[in-house]
Amino acid sequence: MTQHSLELLSPAGNPAALRAAIEAGADAVYCGFADRTNARNYPGLNFDVDEMVEGVAYAHSKGAKVLVAINTFPPAGEMKSWKDAIDNAAMAGADAVILADIGVLDYAANKHPNLRRHLSVQASAANPLSINYYRDQFGVKRVVLPRILSVDEVAHVAKETGMEIEVFGYGSVGPMSEGRCFLSSYMTGLSPTSEGACAPASHVTYKEDGDFVLSCLGDVVLNRVAKGEGAAYPTPCKARYVACGKAGYIFEEPIALNALDILPELKKAGVTALKIEGRQRSKAYVAEVVSAFRKALDAVETGETRSTDDLSELSEGGRQTFGAYKKGWR
Amino acid sequence: MSNQNANRAGLTLGPLLHHWTPEARRDFYFRAADEMPVDTVYVGEVICSKREPFFQDHLPEVIDRLKSAGKEVVLSTLALVTQPREVKAIREAADADLIVEANDVACLEALHGRPHVIGPFINVFNEGARDFVAKNGAFRVVLPVEAPATSIKVLADNAGKLETEVLVFGKQTLSIAMRCYHARANGLTKDSCQFVCGLDPNGLNATTVTGDDILTINGTSTMSNGYGVLLHELDALRSMGVTHFRLSPQAIDMVEVARLFRDTLDGKLAPAEAETKLRPLTDPVPYVNGFYYGRVGLSWNERHAA
Repeated sequence: MTQHSLELLSPAGNPAALRAAIEAGADAVYCGFADRTNARNYPGLNFDVDEMVEGVAYAHSKGAKVLVAINTFPPAGEMKSWKDAIDNAAMAGADAVILADIGVLDYAANKHPNLRRHLSVQASAANPLSINYYRDQFGVKRVVLPRILSVDEVAHVAKETGMEIEVFGYGSVGPMSEGRCFLSSYMTGLSPTSEGACAPASHVTYKEDGDFVLSCLGDVVLNRVAKGEGAAYPTPCKARYVACGKAGYIFEEPIALNALDILPELKKAGVTALKIEGRQRSKAYVAEVVSAFRKALDAVETGETRSTDDLSELSEGGRQTFGAYKKGWR
Repeated sequence: MSNQNANRAGLTLGPLLHHWTPEARRDFYFRAADEMPVDTVYVGEVICSKREPFFQDHLPEVIDRLKSAGKEVVLSTLALVTQPREVKAIREAADADLIVEANDVACLEALHGRPHVIGPFINVFNEGARDFVAKNGAFRVVLPVEAPATSIKVLADNAGKLETEVLVFGKQTLSIAMRCYHARANGLTKDSCQFVCGLDPNGLNATTVTGDDILTINGTSTMSNGYGVLLHELDALRSMGVTHFRLSPQAIDMVEVARLFRDTLDGKLAPAEAETKLRPLTDPVPYVNGFYYGRVGLSWNERHAA
């Protein structure tokens, strides 16, 4: 395999997506076990232990890596599933585990000191001191930065910590400090932090309201759109509320992050790995996004100028943003 | 069973999360010192570092007054640290001669194991995390607002010398962000915010598009619309081993709120009677307690339904 200086990391919601991502040129994939130990605990997604063993073997045969996300926060008295997940990731030969909870990090560092530990975005470490804490206490090698920093801030963190830096390149924007957002459980009773599911489909409903459709999470109306307009999936941070007498997307628009056009800037900022969000997405989606980013990253390596692939059809709401990377977002 | 049960329950005043004028903030703390039956007062800015300079000059006199009144004073720190100047402020807070409440892990690194409080914005959801932070100098953990009774019970019981604090009154902070929603709702950005959060001493109401009250915007944070109220649950919390009970400042008569909670904790007032007296102070804001019962957070559950 060619060694790329900026690692392309793809989501793999299931074994088929894992293969598709690697065939499309991902250097590594990240995935989780089919339970609440990871932050994409949705029905029909994720890997059982045998699938993980096979997935790792397949990836390694192609020169790719597998990172296992065990990035939720175990409720008190229920840590066993998380410990089992770490033991199973180690047994499967995973290249790293992606962790957020202090108790889980402590377990992994003591029980499997040689299993590489990455800090999940769910740990919300957004400054050099926090990152150094996880490095010093748990031997974390890489940090996934929250989607709230500008390119300059990413560069500052990279320089100050000397750590491997992973950032999001494509997919959902996350305006809230992740791992500490209780909006979904406020509306559904199910916690993204401990159950691994934000805005679970089981709690989403659509209701007709004259010429409009209301999208609801639990009993809370999160949007009203004209029939036929196509409603974005109702998550609490991309909903329409009324404040100061105006209805609007007060937190964030339904829009996709796309850093395809700023890859050289991210590389220059000291980024190690570029992550594509979306373990809940289809294999076809994963293949298309990975291959667009593969081409773009290869062009960055060779210094070519190239026309950018248009991924807007895959984007949430058909619209794209640089998110927090560019000044003015906040 | 916890060995804390026999001890007097600690009533605490959490950090002021809203942006009040420096004078209103100072007078509030003077009243806390003189009249409020609380054992601990948390001071300091948790939500937005841009607000900090406003109160800087008053902080020393407020701390002196509170200490003179016999209160334990704790300096709460920012919940989300990103800027170099914020990192610098965290280092200074950690080195100051005050107990610190850490709300971002950055603070734990700066404290190097000195005794401190873990604030509700650092996730301690399980005994693994609890034991680790305790080993590294935490003497009290304020649990995240989302923690249900089933978790509180495990975490507060067998906690040894570690104290456990739970929010029992006030709006619940549901998220924190880099972006300022208060500015955004007013057509501004964080960098040009004009401190519009100061216009709303109890936060800015956000309703659904169908007109239901649902959230409160407070600068970069998002809060519950209702007040979290665990008045009927105080006895249960005490028997679980919870040692400290937090009231979060709101722009209402907090002295009276504190008296009601103090009297209820001391068994001088029945919870139902306390609620009857609390309602007129808080109307028309509804109450929520769903997180405690592991249910929809914004729901209000009668205790017998638990």
